[in-house]
Amino acid sequence: MIKIAQLSCGTEYSSVQYEIEKAARSVGATIVHPDVSAGDIDKAVERFGFKPQSPQLKLMIARAVQLADRRYDADAVFIATCFRCAEGALVRNEVRRFIQDNTRLPVVTYSFTERLKAAQLLTRMEALVTIVTRKELLARERQTGITVGIDSGSSTTKAVVMIDNRIAGKDWTPSGDVIKSAEHVLENALKEAGVLMKDVEAIGTTGYGRFRLGKHYNAKLVQEELTTNSKGAVWLADRQRGEATILDIGGMDNKAITVRDGVPDNFTMGGICAGASGRFLEMVSKRLKIEVTELGALADNGNWRNAKMNSYCSVFGIQDLVTTLGDGKTFEDVAAAACHSVAEQVYEQQLQEIDVRHPIIQVGGTSLISGLVKAVGEVLGSTPIVPPNSQYIGAVGGAILSSGFLEGY
Amino acid sequence: MKVFIDPPNSLILFDLVERSGHEPLSSMAAIQEKIDKTEIDMPPMNVTLEDVMKGLKYAGIEVPSGIRGRLAVWGPMIEEAEAAVIMEDCPYSFGCVGCHRTNLMVRYLLKRRKIPILDVNYPNDEEEAKDLVVRMREFLGGLK
Repeated sequence: MIKIAQLSCGTEYSSVQYEIEKAARSVGATIVHPDVSAGDIDKAVERFGFKPQSPQLKLMIARAVQLADRRYDADAVFIATCFRCAEGALVRNEVRRFIQDNTRLPVVTYSFTERLKAAQLLTRMEALVTIVTRKELLARERQTGITVGIDSGSSTTKAVVMIDNRIAGKDWTPSGDVIKSAEHVLENALKEAGVLMKDVEAIGTTGYGRFRLGKHYNAKLVQEELTTNSKGAVWLADRQRGEATILDIGGMDNKAITVRDGVPDNFTMGGICAGASGRFLEMVSKRLKIEVTELGALADNGNWRNAKMNSYCSVFGIQDLVTTLGDGKTFEDVAAAACHSVAEQVYEQQLQEIDVRHPIIQVGGTSLISGLVKAVGEVLGSTPIVPPNSQYIGAVGGAILSSGFLEGY
Repeated sequence: MKVFIDPPNSLILFDLVERSGHEPLSSMAAIQEKIDKTEIDMPPMNVTLEDVMKGLKYAGIEVPSGIRGRLAVWGPMIEEAEAAVIMEDCPYSFGCVGCHRTNLMVRYLLKRRKIPILDVNYPNDEEEAKDLVVRMREFLGGLK
């Protein structure tokens, strides 16, 4: 049984502890709480260097010290504090950094509200377990044989056919019915690759519809998108060795993942607010009466400073847009402001939860919106790498990882 | 009289209040009542989503859920209290609610009630401990 050490404050009084444990159980893991004696707490806080006022945060620090000193054995770490607690947010991030500096344990951080349900944590817990149990598989750098990856995302469904470490066929479509969308893109990808379904040796599924597709296709690999996207991203960007940060501004949630030699060791995934997701850019495009694919080029020719849009909420963001258009600002400036707003929020909400490692590899469908990539570069002070076929990361990761099963993984 | 103790899970304060013939209002009773409800399955404290929403009576939605959940447990007892004993600077082993912000709010809510309150500090030696017991006896004995 994989042991996930929980370092947290407030979960038992927020009606979420049960949900955390349920999510862990559903992926074959168990939540553990490192033992700490009352006498060790002050010493641990002293050593850590940050002295919070709240005793439960002190306990959280003491538990982190137990893990760092190998006095308590765990396979992964889940760090959580209440959403909107400033003291908790400071400690959460510093504890995460402390664990990463002192251990090689994979870590995920989360700030919860009382509305947290196990399903929201499923992907994160599954990723933690995968990193622990499938290290060898995740370390694969080459795809072999004929394999397929299908990524059933919230906005789009993608399929990739890979043959001997190259992409031979690919297709995507807006997500509708999970099975029908997948069948459609898979048929086109197979056609492009010039192979028949019976020739396919392994299938890997990922994304929100992964379980249904996995069952439908009898897939060898059914995997959450954090690990498949990481693999796909480093393969596409040819950055399989060393460190990198993968940034995926998705249709419904954003992911920021740090990797070492292609294996994730820390990640954060939006959960409470979708105001800075790709969906907001779709809403902006709709209001501007253009296709979302045209938004990037439009933004490239605009100046975000001319049209302030910095709301945290997509609904208020559209209100900003309407007001700005009413003031006579150009579509170009508004498009640039929308991209800048998303980039800024991703920086504020996701990238503050991890230690950004260079290079930054920007992937996912939104990485094709050039104005957004430019905005991310401006906000971070470093231009992200956008690899070819960056929207296919999940499918590519699925195809690469599923090929591991052909070699007896 | 009903006497709220702070920290609300201090067994020593509970005992001193009970020995004086008063009813201590503590976490133990409130949590016991919750965990005895077999129809609720939200371990370890059985603080439910409804409870956290009830905490809105004491703190707004922008206040972290952990604080509102705690206030939902102690808030009704504070409303019920006819007196209170508040101990400052005590170690974790004496009792604690885990969250400093909740401590501040609990103490503020008690003071706002304008009920008799005894503020004491955690004793550092035997002399101070004896003095504490005497002060508590006097305070509790004077409650009618």
